[in-house]
Amino acid sequence: MNSVRLRRVGMALLAPAIAIVVSVLVTTIVIAAVGSSPGDFWSAMFSDPSPRLRVNIINQTAMIYTAAVAAAIGFRMGLFNIGIEGQYLMASFAAASFAGAAYLGGFLNVAVSIIIAVAVGAAWAGIAGILRTTRGVSEVISTIMLNAIAVTLVGYLVDRHGVHEGNSVHTKTIKSGSMVKGFTPYEPRDGQVWALSILAVLVGVGFWVLLNKTRFGFDLRASGQSQSAALASGVNPKRMIVIAMMLSGGVAGLVWLPALFGDAGSYGTSYQSQLGFLGIAVALLGRNRPLGMLFGAVLFAFLSAQSNTLTFGTDVSPSIVQITQGVAVLAVVVAYEVVRRWRTRLERRVVADEVPAATEATA
Amino acid sequence: MSTSTTTKNASPGLVQRLTKNWFYLTLVGIAVVSLVRIVTDTNDLDSAGTLRAAIISTCPILMAALGGLWAERAGVVNIGLEGQMILGTWGAAFFTYHYGPWVGILGAALLGMIGGLLHAVATVTFGVDHIVSGVAINLIGAGAATYLAEAVFSDYEGGGPRQLIGLDPPTIITKTPVISEAALDLADKHWFFVSDVASVVAALTTNISTLTFIIFGLVVASAWILWRTSFGLRLRSCGENPQAAETLGVNVYLYKYIAVLVSGALAGIGGGFLALVSSSGYGAGQTGGRGYIGLAAMIFGNWRPGGLLMGALTFGYTDSLRLRDTDAVHALLLLVALALLLIAALRAVRGQINGAIVMGVAGALVLAWFLLTDSVPREFTVMTPYVTTLFVLALGAQRLRMPAADGQQYRKGSAG
Amino acid sequence: MPSEVDAVRLRGIGKRFPGVIANHDVDVTIRSGTVHALIGENGAGKSTLMKILYGVQKPDDGTIEINGNEVVLKSPTDAIDNGVGMVFQHFMLADNLTVLENMVLGAEKLHGIGDNARAEIRRISDRFGFELEPDVLVERLGVAARQRLEIAKVLYRGAKIIILDEPTAVLVPQEVDALFANLRELRSAGNSVLFISHKLDEVLAIADDITVMRRGTTVGTADPKTATKHELAELMVGSELPSPETGESTVTDVVELELHDVTLTDEFGRNLLSDISLAIHRGEILGIAGVEGNGQSELVEAIMGMHIPTSGRITLSGEDVTRWHTRKLREAGIGYIPEDRHRHGLLLDSPLWENRILGHQTEAPNVKGPWINRSGARKDTTRIVEEYDVRAPGIDTLARALSGGNQQKLIVGREMSGDPKLLIASHPTRGVDVGAQAAIWGHIKRARKAGLAVLLISADLDELIGLSDTIQVILRGRFVGTFEPSTVTPQDLGAAMTGGQTV
Repeated sequence: MNSVRLRRVGMALLAPAIAIVVSVLVTTIVIAAVGSSPGDFWSAMFSDPSPRLRVNIINQTAMIYTAAVAAAIGFRMGLFNIGIEGQYLMASFAAASFAGAAYLGGFLNVAVSIIIAVAVGAAWAGIAGILRTTRGVSEVISTIMLNAIAVTLVGYLVDRHGVHEGNSVHTKTIKSGSMVKGFTPYEPRDGQVWALSILAVLVGVGFWVLLNKTRFGFDLRASGQSQSAALASGVNPKRMIVIAMMLSGGVAGLVWLPALFGDAGSYGTSYQSQLGFLGIAVALLGRNRPLGMLFGAVLFAFLSAQSNTLTFGTDVSPSIVQITQGVAVLAVVVAYEVVRRWRTRLERRVVADEVPAATEATA
Repeated sequence: MSTSTTTKNASPGLVQRLTKNWFYLTLVGIAVVSLVRIVTDTNDLDSAGTLRAAIISTCPILMAALGGLWAERAGVVNIGLEGQMILGTWGAAFFTYHYGPWVGILGAALLGMIGGLLHAVATVTFGVDHIVSGVAINLIGAGAATYLAEAVFSDYEGGGPRQLIGLDPPTIITKTPVISEAALDLADKHWFFVSDVASVVAALTTNISTLTFIIFGLVVASAWILWRTSFGLRLRSCGENPQAAETLGVNVYLYKYIAVLVSGALAGIGGGFLALVSSSGYGAGQTGGRGYIGLAAMIFGNWRPGGLLMGALTFGYTDSLRLRDTDAVHALLLLVALALLLIAALRAVRGQINGAIVMGVAGALVLAWFLLTDSVPREFTVMTPYVTTLFVLALGAQRLRMPAADGQQYRKGSAG
Repeated sequence: MPSEVDAVRLRGIGKRFPGVIANHDVDVTIRSGTVHALIGENGAGKSTLMKILYGVQKPDDGTIEINGNEVVLKSPTDAIDNGVGMVFQHFMLADNLTVLENMVLGAEKLHGIGDNARAEIRRISDRFGFELEPDVLVERLGVAARQRLEIAKVLYRGAKIIILDEPTAVLVPQEVDALFANLRELRSAGNSVLFISHKLDEVLAIADDITVMRRGTTVGTADPKTATKHELAELMVGSELPSPETGESTVTDVVELELHDVTLTDEFGRNLLSDISLAIHRGEILGIAGVEGNGQSELVEAIMGMHIPTSGRITLSGEDVTRWHTRKLREAGIGYIPEDRHRHGLLLDSPLWENRILGHQTEAPNVKGPWINRSGARKDTTRIVEEYDVRAPGIDTLARALSGGNQQKLIVGREMSGDPKLLIASHPTRGVDVGAQAAIWGHIKRARKAGLAVLLISADLDELIGLSDTIQVILRGRFVGTFEPSTVTPQDLGAAMTGGQTV
């Protein structure tokens, strides 16, 4: 029994290992191909990050991880929520607007803003869920459309109702009483670890508990593995799709909040987009597993942060890490597929060895 | 994917039915547009300039849509079109800088094809989920183009880490003797119908890139190859029932590979058009999600060449309009309202009462919007294609007919 | 007429899949210009053998000779080149393509894809009376027309050796007659036909030679002129066939499940089920016989709450459950053995103990409130594995790795847990080995004695007759006859199933 589980753990680690080797190789080749020095690149990447970068890595990890969990909720039940980007955009804007309007004071303002972010994210994702269940529209296409609509809609709203300053525009700045700054591990100039990054921890733990320890999580995983088996087991697939989609969108709503309340104070030029796509990538990299995604999020944040040091001392441009990240994702999904096929064959053989082969056709 | 629910005796898609009488439809369409133009007194609605801009906006979307068609007809969903397109923009810039625009276009196709190859290896050989692979391709495409631009273009003349400008475009037909001027004159008369046709002629004969004609030619060629040759039949059979194809000796992997490679190449050409014709060089983030829009245009067109052409034109037109006169945007509301009411009437005649009511109400609302306002925020124009796509999918998903085995894993030896 | 050289000679063919020996030591000889029947029970290895002969799968051992030449068939293309064509049990047609397109696919070089091909299709169609229109979409064709198209496809490629895998499974009697007329026509045109079936009447009616398969190998040949059905049946099942007999009646007078005039309509207004009424008492097994696709699946899905009936009423233990969802019905005590265990009964990539939870996500010992009770579920899985003799290395093994029989035993064990009131068993022994079959029968019989009501759906008429207390025959969504298992014969049932006769 233990040997089976041990082997399973070993195989689970095999795929990411292959992926990392492949992405390191490809990155090295690409750098060498354009005539730069891969050695310089890797030594810069693996240097000890400065305190400022360390803080940055923690903050980025938190946001990417939250987005990854949002994606994973969908993936685990076979839904492709490509729309995290749009969902956290809508949610961030809504939360920033509400918090900036200062209807409430202090932490109550923060708490209600968080609820609003979750609600808006869930609602925006819910549109895709409802279109899927009532009209049979693929969530892949609808969320892509909703992303584009969100960008224009928020652009319009912030332009119409926001505060214009020179060439830029942003929502009303949140009063300092409602900011949730965080703590300063090093010198003040090295920046702060945002307090709301704790949301990522809660989301991760909550995701693990929900998925592995609850009936609902079982239903969700069953639906992801086999719609037909889940239906026969008593899961209501339509309800499940809408709930999973809204849950995913709700978590997506939290993505940018640490930055909003920790530093930015308003939705505007400091808004960080693309976290949704990074989250999807990290979810794929971490195989939708809470710990796997944590590893992936740290890796992505680390690569991005370290790449900033490349501008000093090497002629490799920082955007090389985008290739590393992309190749890692593609390599990992391919490697998982290969390992999965291999593992199925192996397990069949184990069963065949322990159980005398029965003669029968595989129809 | 469950974009469409196929039914046993599904009636042909809406778009399909309409394209059947495309000639009359075109006439009616021109008449309606002309009427709206005159009623609202916005000649920019279909001026030669607007139409030219619309054609330029259409081409990249059209190429992405056509790329999507090739892949999906062979049963591979390719949402990596965006990434392949981005690779195409870089390829076009690089090869044009060194060897001129026509080699540049080939370079764009080549780079797109590399993206397609990655997708084919992942989905066909290794059986990775098509959407997952597509997402990864998009990351790689964007990353590779950004890095390669910074690494390579920075030292070029006219280049920088995020751009390479001043490239030669493919041959432009600035003026066609006699026709151009006559058409422009006629268009300026603002007559009913005649001037609108003249606008179209003027747009197609004046200041137009030859690449545009090649792109439209590729649509026709694709339609012919996919539906009129045995190669096309084999390719489509892989998207409809690969097991059946296998039992008849079709090498399913091979056809899927070819389809996805062509798909990538077409998306790459779309990127090349963006870099060389839409603008005069490479710029980071130039594609702006057009790969996805192409995919939407293809679905909108019910996985058919004629349909996706209409889809791409619709998206291209609204995309171009946001850069132009806001009055035209407002006039567009009336056009949309009339179109919706027309569809409502058609449905009512066919006895599809529910559909008629939904369309009728939507039409009435848009009409009210037109009558009660004087202008439309620009942002809403930008949003139009996306909202339209959602509506079309929501109202017509049941009638859409995607290839039966689209997006499904296929493994050799699974027949029987 | 039969010539000197045999059309096909298979010698010592063997094929192994991981954990399963599908074929071993198979010898078949097909004389040229004859109809050769290959018979055997479900799971005897016939389909695998056919795939080998058609190049879909490669044999691990043995040789294939076609017209006296030894050949290696790496793909269907090789088979086609050697004049072998195959009509699969599940038709290999693309619905969205036309008859012409389906026909010429892969053989475009012969007559192009245009008018020449059209003319050739018309010629074949007229020659054999196939009535095929080249430009019609296949989705508009009925089952019999699709089968004719499949045969025409094979002829179009110039095949002289035609394999038909269970061609009559989906046909009604008149269509079977028409098919046999077609086959005789083919034979007289000099073709050799390999006809796979497990229906002995049909085999005796059409075949010139018979080869019998059992448990993956050929166990004998027979001459249809002299062989009796009984002899063939004995060859097919061997001597070790366990009997499904149930013994004395345990039927009580307490009604467990009752259906009143249940009608189910599809989205186009066609009736999938028409006015179905039935009652199952505690301790009773009600068997449903019917040709596949006549409403059995829909009946099960209506009772299981996956489809809400368009009209009619369903009661369980006297309570109206017509509009209940699947989960609530399961909680109320319905056990369900689905017909397709891979699609409906298992999470193939999950370990056995998680599969123990599937379908019982709200019941002890799997859960405590909203929480999964991991140790409870694992313990109970161990119990099932032991009690039901599920051969697996452990409860952490993935369901996918088990053989069909062991997967099915796990499902049966699961569905029998928690003392269900009603068991719905769809083809409970399909595709399982003989040992597992006997075990599953034993479990059903024991549960019946304990007062369980069972709805049994099966294509195996002996199983139905042996286990059931009453048998209902379903045809086109309607019950067309009630039979007493003690007096009925498979022939009577067969007649009723195909509408030949109603009682």
